Amino acid sequence: MEADSRLVLPLAALFTAFFVAPLVVLLLLSLHGDIAMRGWTLGNYVKFFSDPFSYSILIDTLLLGVKATLVCLLFGYPVAWLCARAGARWQSVLVFLVILPILTSVVVRTFSWIVILGRQGLLNQIVMGLGLSNEPLRLLYTEIGVVMVLAQVQMPLMVLPILTVLSKLDPNLGDASRVLGAGEWRTFFRITLPLSMPGIIAGCILTYAASVTAFVTQTLIGGARLIYMPLDIYQQAVGANNWPFAAALSIIFMVTVMIVVGVLGAIGRRSEIHGRA
Amino acid sequence: MTASRSHRLRLDAITHRFGASTAVRDINLDIAGGELVALLGPSGCGKSTLLRIISGFIRQSEGRVLFDDSIADALSPAERGVGIVFQNYALFPHMSVGENVAYGLQAHKWPRERIAKRVAEMLDLVHMGEFASRRPRELSGGQQQRVALARCLAIDPKVLLLDEPFGALDKNLRLDMQIEVKRLQRQSGITTILVTHDQEEALSMADRIAVMSRGRIEQISTPTGIYDTPQTLFVNEFVGTTNVLRGEFIEDSAVRLEHGHVLPVSPNKTLQQGHAVIVSIRPEQLRFRPAPSAGAFTAIITTVLPLGAQVVYDVALTAGPSLKVAETRDAEGALRPVGATVYLAPASPAACHVFPAS
Repeated sequence: MEADSRLVLPLAALFTAFFVAPLVVLLLLSLHGDIAMRGWTLGNYVKFFSDPFSYSILIDTLLLGVKATLVCLLFGYPVAWLCARAGARWQSVLVFLVILPILTSVVVRTFSWIVILGRQGLLNQIVMGLGLSNEPLRLLYTEIGVVMVLAQVQMPLMVLPILTVLSKLDPNLGDASRVLGAGEWRTFFRITLPLSMPGIIAGCILTYAASVTAFVTQTLIGGARLIYMPLDIYQQAVGANNWPFAAALSIIFMVTVMIVVGVLGAIGRRSEIHGRA
Repeated sequence: MTASRSHRLRLDAITHRFGASTAVRDINLDIAGGELVALLGPSGCGKSTLLRIISGFIRQSEGRVLFDDSIADALSPAERGVGIVFQNYALFPHMSVGENVAYGLQAHKWPRERIAKRVAEMLDLVHMGEFASRRPRELSGGQQQRVALARCLAIDPKVLLLDEPFGALDKNLRLDMQIEVKRLQRQSGITTILVTHDQEEALSMADRIAVMSRGRIEQISTPTGIYDTPQTLFVNEFVGTTNVLRGEFIEDSAVRLEHGHVLPVSPNKTLQQGHAVIVSIRPEQLRFRPAPSAGAFTAIITTVLPLGAQVVYDVALTAGPSLKVAETRDAEGALRPVGATVYLAPASPAACHVFPAS
């Protein structure tokens, strides 16, 4: 028993040194009043919540996560469903295609999206070539563009948990539903979808947490005018050199994301209890 | 209960191929309204494929499925009106027992008040009335099966398909559920097909048994017919236990066994003199004789299995293979000792079934 618990020590030490300690430092930093880091105050937090510009960035960021997650779910669920239905060989091909983005650098991926979304980009050439629009669509440096790219980049995080749940689903349940007189849609909405909720929740948590913190994608696709929390923190810390305020922003951002993830997790646990056979 | 519930099911020359392999071959089966027919066979014999063809999940390559003389081939599983009890019951885990039973009724667009009434009625029928708000995982195997039955009987299906329904139950509960299912089936008069690899289950429950092997129906008959007059060696060996002896068919309805013993058998017109044959005698059709006599085997008892009312002896023939013999024991009758020399003869020539050796 003693030997067992001692095996945890290296990991615990690692966590303390590189996770807990920096968080404590961050928290203490956020309680300093000014750039010179003197005195103790809640001033940074008061400043954040009394400044509409600051907290509108937070709200935009949280909403960006919601939008990216929803788009990701909308496209990812059918992909996962298709993977689960496909034969063994096609399934491995499809899963490989889904995972492929993870295997390339985030910077490379994001720049290739710039090539696709730009004024003279691939997408606009197609749209104008087909005569669907006379002017190039503004996609780059817009929120729509950011949402599109985030959804694509985070797709594996959504597809894989859903695929796992769907492949474990008893195929007899679908057969039972159909033989009881239900059509494909009723079977999907009453049986398949509710029973895949644990996978959907897990996918949403991962996608959401990854989307709101995706500094590179948000910044490169969104440009300097679309400011989200990660860029805001970066500018406060590096640009304005206001480390205490950047620390306070980080703490606020972290806590709000944790609340969202916690709520999703609670929903997930409920559906897990209902869904387990 | 009502004759209107009893629908006739006919399979007309059904053949189904998966790619190059033929899963079922030229199946003809006519099931009368209210009848319980067992499809009995080892795994891979095509019985599950046939079940999926009847329920509409698989469209057969050739042949027709008819309900009450109307062709059902174009109907989807949802439109066919069959009920299936799956081996694992396939209850919807996220719904209560009551919601499970209501599911098919909602799919059939029943009004809400009638659904509630029907659900209560069906749960009472299977003695699960108190469990309506429970989740399936809170129930025992037998209770889950009752719910599965109630769920599929609720929509008043034309045909009830039972897919290895008792496999997951322990032995005592299995017998109780078999009696229960048979009671419900008789009561509702619903035409039923039981798919099973368990011969005892088929023998005890079915009105008729179709024994299947390698995609074909080997024999269709009543349980006693299957057991007493098997038409193929496969049926004989698959249903019940039997002793198999090799020999040669000779004149006067007799077989000369490999070790020279001549055994009188039932007359067989399809066999000619000199034909290599296999003789099958069931253990309970062999009788102990008090003294050596013409046509009797001499043997030594090697193993004694006292199975309660019946005792099974494994005996080694002095010339030839070993045999199993079953004897009903008298009250407090002593067992025959191991090593004793015994004399055995078939109960009658009719008890010796002869099949051509392939």
